[in-house]
Amino acid sequence: MNAPELEAWFVDEVLPLEAMLMQYLRNHWRDQSEIDDLRQEVYIRVCEAAQREIPNPAKPFVLGTARNLIIDRIRRQQIVAIEKVADLDALGLAADMPGPDRSAMARDDLRRLQWAIDRLPPRCREAVVLCKIEGLSQREIAQRMGVSEATVSEHIDKGMCALADHLYGEPNDIRRAP
Amino acid sequence: MSASTDKNAEAAAWLRRRTLEAWSEADDAALNAWLEQDVANKVAYWRLKAAWGRADRLAALRRDKAVVAQQPKTSSHMLKIAAGVALIAISATAGNFWLNQQNQPKDAVYATALGERKTIALTDGSEIELNTDTAIRFASTPTLKTVTLLKGEAYFQIRHDPKRLFVIEAAGHRITDIGTKFRVRKDAARLEVALLEGEVRFDSADGRVKPLSMKPGDVVIATAHSAAVMQQPKREIADSLGWRSGMIVFRHTTLAEAASEFNRYNAKKVVIDDASSAKLTINGTFQTGDIAAFADAAHAVFGLHVNTRNGETVISR
Repeated sequence: MNAPELEAWFVDEVLPLEAMLMQYLRNHWRDQSEIDDLRQEVYIRVCEAAQREIPNPAKPFVLGTARNLIIDRIRRQQIVAIEKVADLDALGLAADMPGPDRSAMARDDLRRLQWAIDRLPPRCREAVVLCKIEGLSQREIAQRMGVSEATVSEHIDKGMCALADHLYGEPNDIRRAP
Repeated sequence: MSASTDKNAEAAAWLRRRTLEAWSEADDAALNAWLEQDVANKVAYWRLKAAWGRADRLAALRRDKAVVAQQPKTSSHMLKIAAGVALIAISATAGNFWLNQQNQPKDAVYATALGERKTIALTDGSEIELNTDTAIRFASTPTLKTVTLLKGEAYFQIRHDPKRLFVIEAAGHRITDIGTKFRVRKDAARLEVALLEGEVRFDSADGRVKPLSMKPGDVVIATAHSAAVMQQPKREIADSLGWRSGMIVFRHTTLAEAASEFNRYNAKKVVIDDASSAKLTINGTFQTGDIAAFADAAHAVFGLHVNTRNGETVISR
């Protein structure tokens, strides 16, 4: 499997599961500050495996990877958290949870996008909107906002990360929120 | 700072440089080398790139900016002036309504009650179908016909007349018909416009978003201060028009959304009583008034309990 194929598979099959993955991780890992790292680690493991062979379907594989990762981490911590492991076994169920549907996602994509952008910090949002809607260059954005180009870079970088978190990491039912 | 935060920051810097700054072959090679270093780099970069790419939908609004920019400066001025004239014309018509009544009322309000549907046929051959709980105001002058969607949802089939523009206004946004079929729905906070055939021009309320020319399959979702466009498959647009034959279509719709959809049509409301049931999703086609069939499905598919309380249908675990 070459890199573009792997990327396409990752974007189409794995990223749409992120909200579910994050929920799973939040439910089963005490230290919430480590959740993003766990997500990253799951993605690394999933992609390493996919380089050899694409797991199909993706959902049970991603959730299974998350589960194994958490078990590994618990072992490494040498904390015998029996309830926690027992709890995880009950989570075989989670693999049967309905996954995000591609067409439903397309339908809600825009609402979600709007919601994601609305949630960016104000200056950051301004930079992203000037870039995406107005199509301005970094320099033009800097002039428009009356800040340095370096500051624009910071806003944009932050915006990119936050946008990915909002678009992929949050549950799907946010769209009816006011 | 955590490891993933670091990776994200690195990936964002690459992505920003590639998208926004001058990008050479050497840069490309450097990026590829960085990606090849570590799967972690790839994963972080792909994820940000995919999210950033999704936000390109917003850039569809930019398409028109390019078009406008190519035209002489005056033309956009002219559009604004024309719009101003149009607005004055509308208010003038409203004021002179009693003075020049002719065969077709020049200014009239049409409305439907809860659960009602109505088709308004105009003398020019255009038709407007009103969904439940909807109100429109129709005004016409020799050069302009204006429909204001006061509330609810309507489907427009407009016979195009180059000498007489057809304009739909809703929540301050303006849709100018260029010969077409489209659907407009106004909710408390947002406006949704779906185009089936032909072409329309969409002007947002605050004028900050550039005018947008919509093509079939385009859906614009606008709030007071933003407007964005997306492409929707034909099937979904057809689903959203199920009400024209008295049906509502759900595809992976949450019970909460389905209930609020039913409640648009019926005085007797459906209530999903607990948060976990509200998140379950269903598929299916129902008659707008057939709450019983919906409750039956919730019971049969999810084993949920259905009760009647003060005339409301209550669905819960």
